[in-house]
Amino acid sequence: MEHLYKMFNEVYDVIVVGAGHAGSEAAAAAANMGSKTLLITMNLQNIAQMSCNPAMGGIAKGQIVREIDALGGYSGIVSDTSAIQFKMLNKSKGPAMWSPRVQSDRMRFAEDWRLMLENTPNLDFYQEMVSGLIIENHKVVGVKTSLGIEVRGKSVVLTNGTFLNGLIHIGDKNFGGGRAGERAATGITEELVQLGFESGRMKTGTPPRVDGRSLDYSKMIVQPGDEVPEKFSYSDITKPLTVQRDCHMTHTSPLVHDLLRDGFERSPMFNGRIQSTGPRYCPSIEDKINRFADKDRHQLFVEPEGWNTVEVYVNGFSTSLPEDVQFKALRSVAGFENVKFFRPGYAIEYDYFPPTQLKHTLETKLVDGLYFAGQINGTTGYEEAASQGFMAGINAALKVQEREEFILKRSEAYIGVLIDDLITKGTEEPYRMFTSRAEYRTLLRQDNADFRLTPKGYELGLASEKRLRRMEEKHSKSEAFVDFFRETSVSPEDINPILESNDSAEVNQSGKLFKIFSRPNISMDDVRKIEAVENYIQDHNLDKEIIEQTEIQVKYSGYIDKEKNNADKLNRLENVKIPSNFDYSKLKSMSIEARQKLEKIRPVTISQASRISGVSPSDVSVLLVHMGR
Amino acid sequence: MLHNDTIIALATPSGSGAIAVIRLSGKEAISIASSKFKSISGKSLAKQKTHTVHLGHIIDDPRVIDEVLVTVFKNPNSYTGEDVIEISCHGSLYIQQEIIQLFLRNGCRMANAGEFTLRAFLNGKLDLSQAEAVADLIASDSEASHQIAIQQMRGGFSNEIKHLRDELLNFASLIELELDFAEEDVEFANRDEFYKLITRIINVLKRLIDSFAVGNVIKNGIPVAIVGEPNVGKSTLLNALLNEERAIVSEIAGTTRDTIEDEISIGGIGFRFIDTAGIRETEDIVENIGIKKTFEKIEQAQVVIYLFDSTKFKSLSKKFKVELEKIKNKYPQKPLIVLANKIDKIDDSQLAKMQEEIPEIKLLSAKSGFGVEQLTSTLLNLINTGALRNNETIVTNTRHYDALLKAFEEVQKVKYGLDSGLSGDLLAIDIRQALYHFGEITGEITNDDLLGNIFANFCIGK
Repeated sequence: MEHLYKMFNEVYDVIVVGAGHAGSEAAAAAANMGSKTLLITMNLQNIAQMSCNPAMGGIAKGQIVREIDALGGYSGIVSDTSAIQFKMLNKSKGPAMWSPRVQSDRMRFAEDWRLMLENTPNLDFYQEMVSGLIIENHKVVGVKTSLGIEVRGKSVVLTNGTFLNGLIHIGDKNFGGGRAGERAATGITEELVQLGFESGRMKTGTPPRVDGRSLDYSKMIVQPGDEVPEKFSYSDITKPLTVQRDCHMTHTSPLVHDLLRDGFERSPMFNGRIQSTGPRYCPSIEDKINRFADKDRHQLFVEPEGWNTVEVYVNGFSTSLPEDVQFKALRSVAGFENVKFFRPGYAIEYDYFPPTQLKHTLETKLVDGLYFAGQINGTTGYEEAASQGFMAGINAALKVQEREEFILKRSEAYIGVLIDDLITKGTEEPYRMFTSRAEYRTLLRQDNADFRLTPKGYELGLASEKRLRRMEEKHSKSEAFVDFFRETSVSPEDINPILESNDSAEVNQSGKLFKIFSRPNISMDDVRKIEAVENYIQDHNLDKEIIEQTEIQVKYSGYIDKEKNNADKLNRLENVKIPSNFDYSKLKSMSIEARQKLEKIRPVTISQASRISGVSPSDVSVLLVHMGR
Repeated sequence: MLHNDTIIALATPSGSGAIAVIRLSGKEAISIASSKFKSISGKSLAKQKTHTVHLGHIIDDPRVIDEVLVTVFKNPNSYTGEDVIEISCHGSLYIQQEIIQLFLRNGCRMANAGEFTLRAFLNGKLDLSQAEAVADLIASDSEASHQIAIQQMRGGFSNEIKHLRDELLNFASLIELELDFAEEDVEFANRDEFYKLITRIINVLKRLIDSFAVGNVIKNGIPVAIVGEPNVGKSTLLNALLNEERAIVSEIAGTTRDTIEDEISIGGIGFRFIDTAGIRETEDIVENIGIKKTFEKIEQAQVVIYLFDSTKFKSLSKKFKVELEKIKNKYPQKPLIVLANKIDKIDDSQLAKMQEEIPEIKLLSAKSGFGVEQLTSTLLNLINTGALRNNETIVTNTRHYDALLKAFEEVQKVKYGLDSGLSGDLLAIDIRQALYHFGEITGEITNDDLLGNIFANFCIGK
């Protein structure tokens, strides 16, 4: 009878440790796929916390959120329901660059996530610090908590964020902590290192939060959202914003820089106390004025933390300088003369595990059934974390269900690029996604993530049938509209006035609309002036999304086809698998460096091998020969 | 399965021979070959059976390059297991190069070291026990060709390519900066600057590509002035050089009565030998005009060969030395080769004396052929070591030529894109392709280079 009174009697399919962006997506994915799932976190009040800026998406990151949504994850929906401002970034560039971004209500974001998780079947919650893993024969079978409770599970997803031996720095003070006001997690790193894992330290930082009532916005530049806001989720559960909140922008000055410089000797960044690597693309304010001394000002973005709260996030002022220096310097910024701090900025150092120790499924090579996702893999950003958690949750569930693993290719999704980069190249600094990391970014657009991924999400049991049908309708309608442009001719009399007004060369004879529409300076609005086009739109009742999709398909068809061709070439190499027990030491004709790298990374395919630095094209040929085609 | 492009390379040993065989392999081998081949029978190559031989002409419309025999092998019954075309052409380097370049311009790619064999293996044409041998071959071949490439890249060429690549990388970084960091407070370079840069890159690429084209080398081959008295053996030397190479390219009558120019291709490089009169001091007005002309020719030349008759060294050694000093003083930068001809006609003591007085002397018997090989390698060395770089960079490696040609195509597309106001992400596709082709010459390039470049030069990050 005793087992009835034991808190954790059953064996979970998937145990997720940590409930940030990675952990929450992991738990939701596994549970939605029918796996009995437990989410353990140190503080259940802090599910899906935005530890840094109150925003989701952005360039390359917005595409990731769209991908998670297309597959059936929650990040897109929560980003929509908690948004206070929407912007489509890079709208002046080609469609592959369009990137959705929202400012979020931080508290609502966390609340909506928690409610969505509470409404997810198969998902249990427990609040405690996990202090160790239970491992038998190189296989994970559960976790131990700080109270000594053992929970059995067939797989474990670790999403510890910045909590593993987290050390917070403010000026010359430092103290253990995983986030401002929360304690660090200990025990796991040490245990993993003992098991043979390699670990490292990384660093990141966050700016001060201030009282919005103490700011003078009249001295700042207003930054409104888009006039016609869109949204993240492809589903019709969410709606675009009708009311939005403004952000503001102001600048630092030489005076501010001087005040900051006065504190440099007490800066843990400069006095050597912090030695771990921070991200180059997200430098602290002291780093900016130090490295780019010739710039006499830097932008600061003043972002509200929600609809109702007065708390404000000072984006661009990430710092670990002493709090008095932060305060004094910020008071010299236009609009901040009377600023009151909610809390100072700080830097945090934490443990991570070089991600080359993982497989494409994010399962560790050393311990069966153990998955890593998020900052523990050396990444940064909510979106990067969420997508890894999502993929780890899916693969943990698939493994327990003895189904085939789920891997996205580099040509299929930013998520595929992210994971392949991590496990193939590793990372020396916190890894953030950029569009330039994707060699086929013209294919990986925010407008077609549903085409690319919703069928896969449906197959996994994550994307609903309703989602799939919506996608299919959008697809067939836009294809038909593209065909209309291919098949419909236009006469010089009809088209020349339009061409003339756009400084585009006139035509002498009738031709297909497709060709005219492909010209760089002719837009959908231009061709809609042709009666047949406008009539088609009205007759078929085409909405904005379908019209836009058609425009992209026609205008960029040449580039899209070119990238598809290149991606096909890569995919052929993707199909040449390397046996997992392959003995590289027998490849005498290969350089020692290449052999060692291959031995360490153990690429799954020839294509992956070719992306490892230090492996040359001729090494790849040698490898191919030994694969016997 | 892995490679579906069509590759081309010379299948016979490089250099001139009676005939040469050029091999194409890949999906489009037959269609590419048939587009440039006109058979005597008028039949289309594409419709021919496997293992058949066809007489006809390789035509670079409207020009006929050579009369050739073309053998068709259809997959899987070929060496590589793919469709293969073998072209047996006349053996001159010039013709080989013309044909290979024609096909490079029309969809072929230069084969990598061991690639035909690799394809044969991958298509199951070789058995597995040969795997290690093939692998070794690829590794050693690529090492050898790498060394050759490095040698050829010393001097002007490598600098120029490296410079172009850096500039293009910078360009690409600026474009990526606009794309990935649009929200940042950084100044984006203006399109006019881009345009100037691209135009400059196009010009340099064009010049480099032209420097390779053998047809152009005929017109503009490296000028070598031969300074020497009328009976010193200049024409014997030229004949000996021709013999050595068996590749007479052309003979153009000089612009003046007293200069004959001969074009000779040595190791694939065109040399234009310019005959000049001697430069001895004279009071004679007519001869003075001749001497003035000689200096004009030396001025134009990139290399000077001073040729004298060693049987006359005893009596004229002082005059020779004065003339040599004169040339050296006037053109201290110009490579000068001092050749003593007719050494078969002097005895050892005379030889020793001559070598003592003029230490840099090179010995020659144009008649017997002794010393000709040393001369050709001396000439080629001048190119490989970059001694001639003060004037023009010359591309001598077909692989480099191929890469430059492809880079050129991509850069042209970038220029077109700039002309039509194409957005940066689409421009970047072509720029990356161009960078990739530069990388084939200078070594790898990855996206990390771009991001590294951005982080190093711009203040990024909120």
